Amino acid sequence: MASLKELAKRKDLLAPGHRLCAGCGESIIVRQILLASEKPVVVANATGCLEVSSTIFPYTSWRCSYIHNAFENAAATASGIEAALKVFRKKGIMKDDFNVVAVAGDGGTYDIGLQALSGAFERNHNFVYVCLDNGAYMNTGIQRSSATPMGAWSSTTPVGKVERGKQEWRKDLVMFAVAHNVPYVANASPSHFMDLIRKAEKAFNANGPALLNVLSPCPRGWRYPQEDGIKIARLAVETNVWPLYEVENGRFKINIKPRETKPVIEWLKHQGRFRHLFKPGNEDMVEEIQRKVDYEWKKLNIFERATSEL
Amino acid sequence: MITRQVLALTGNAAVAFALKQINPDVVAAYPITPQTTIMEEFSQYVANGEVDTELVRVESEHSAMSASIGAAAAGARTITSTSSQGLALMWEELYIASGLRLPIVLVNVNRSLSAPINIHCDHSDSMGARDSGWIQIFCENAQEAYDMTIIAVKLAEDKRVRLPVMINYDGFIISHSIDRVEILSDEKVQQFIGEYKPEFSLLDRNNPVTMGAFDSLGGFYYEYKKIQCEAIDNSLQVMQEIFDSFELISHRQYRTVEKEMIDDAEIIFVIAGSFCGSIREKINEYRSRGIKTGLVKVRSFRPFPDNSYREILKNAKAVLIFDRSTTPGAKGGPLYIEILGSLYGVEKPPEVFNFIYGLGGRDLELDEIDKSLEITEKALRGEVVDRVHWISLKKKEV
Repeated sequence: MASLKELAKRKDLLAPGHRLCAGCGESIIVRQILLASEKPVVVANATGCLEVSSTIFPYTSWRCSYIHNAFENAAATASGIEAALKVFRKKGIMKDDFNVVAVAGDGGTYDIGLQALSGAFERNHNFVYVCLDNGAYMNTGIQRSSATPMGAWSSTTPVGKVERGKQEWRKDLVMFAVAHNVPYVANASPSHFMDLIRKAEKAFNANGPALLNVLSPCPRGWRYPQEDGIKIARLAVETNVWPLYEVENGRFKINIKPRETKPVIEWLKHQGRFRHLFKPGNEDMVEEIQRKVDYEWKKLNIFERATSEL
Repeated sequence: MITRQVLALTGNAAVAFALKQINPDVVAAYPITPQTTIMEEFSQYVANGEVDTELVRVESEHSAMSASIGAAAAGARTITSTSSQGLALMWEELYIASGLRLPIVLVNVNRSLSAPINIHCDHSDSMGARDSGWIQIFCENAQEAYDMTIIAVKLAEDKRVRLPVMINYDGFIISHSIDRVEILSDEKVQQFIGEYKPEFSLLDRNNPVTMGAFDSLGGFYYEYKKIQCEAIDNSLQVMQEIFDSFELISHRQYRTVEKEMIDDAEIIFVIAGSFCGSIREKINEYRSRGIKTGLVKVRSFRPFPDNSYREILKNAKAVLIFDRSTTPGAKGGPLYIEILGSLYGVEKPPEVFNFIYGLGGRDLELDEIDKSLEITEKALRGEVVDRVHWISLKKKEV
């Protein structure tokens, strides 16, 4: 893996001056992932915050080739680019090789883009799919997605007399990808940037489809002071809310096991979207979230042991 | 010298054969009746190694067009094919393909839209896409479907055009019936379409591009759309040039509006697709009885050759427009409304009638064509008749 010193010499492919919010995780994540590419890169981006903030005509923040097609089809668009690359190389009319990268938010991935992603995985296109998971439709104003955490406030899961934020657990995107038997899948966080870059390198070298599911803090949607994004992402890892692990050809590996796991309250309490959980009478929800996190962590450890000999 | 090679092919087999000869870089497609057999045959060419094409067997038509956009943006000569619900599912992407000015060719085998579900032909699918910024060409038979598929590649990629092209022909009647098709040699086809050299490509490492950028209030969306409309208007002339150059290699002549027996015609039939044959048959019969009738066959529906229609139709006494689709809530079918617009302002315009026919594959029987002529003759005698008629209905018209 490239050292920090080497990485520092590489050129950022996402230029400064984009209009993402201060404190947004997306630009940090995208820059880190693209730094890991040793080949030129083509990005296919779904509609969302990143797209509207980085391509305001006649400006662009992209120093690599970039296409925005629509919301639900970053994976399908990447399929087409990869097919073109393949045929040009097969015919011998193109010497350059590229890393094809699809980037979408959780709305564009877990929800509306899931079918296209499934198809592209099954067809075994050689591309890296990056999900910037901020747990809601932030670009349209913080509506819930199937990645929104249980209990979280969103503009379509408001807190009222009957409902106390989102009622359902999140979808498990990593397991969805694992079920497609793609060569490389990872859960990552910008708080652990060397882990993220190492995973991006692995994804680029996977020789087949790869998924990087990256936690992307959102100050607007999560309701935290803009300087706290990385701190909160780190807390997600330290509380096991967002474990850092990878699945390589079906073999699970937990990359970071916190020495002392913090209680989920530490993750919840810094975010305004969970504020109502701390009101008297909602203790059961915090307990339920803790139980779920513990259960998932236990399950993940079992998967790691069970697949260690694969 | 032209050596003629004639094959007996279904419309879909003729198009699959054209695709083989074109040898596109990327084909992304999803099965749907009645388009399926094109892709089945083409898959066999791929399986046999007879083409270099990267065939992407996508999981939906939405992804077919999405992947086509990715491939075309990456500089690949890209073709897809669909019908009916498939085209409807692509709807969002059709606008993006034309908005990004990507020269994708789509072969649409016309089929009705649900509900009720029906697999047979009408033109609702392509008419639903008429405002999507695609060039739309209609075909009467397998020969035209073969020729137009080849022509579409050259037209879409022309630097003055750079727009996606949709070739339309009738499901089953053309797609599945065996017809006489004169084919060109592979070399002729390759020579005709030439090598595709895109001006911009995602796969040019020295010239990175941003495609599909965001534009908002204060931006250039409005100007951009104007330019796009000018491009499709200008494509009409390019289309005719390409038809003319195709004639040189095929000895088959095409026009953006096809006209037959028009010069002295007093009553003119206008129709798109396979039923041109039935109308032609009838016109010959009417002419033998001294009724001066003529035929206008729709070739290019988008761009619509407005001036040509006006010139051809303005001196007629009556024009009978046959629409194989409806625009619910509007008075008459899309072709009818379009032609009414073309005739606006003509001094002493012809009487214009609209006949809705053939929805969901309903046959247009010859005596129904007689009835449409009778209605027209009544009107010409001064009787008051409705402008829009649904013919071949099972229940008697009231």
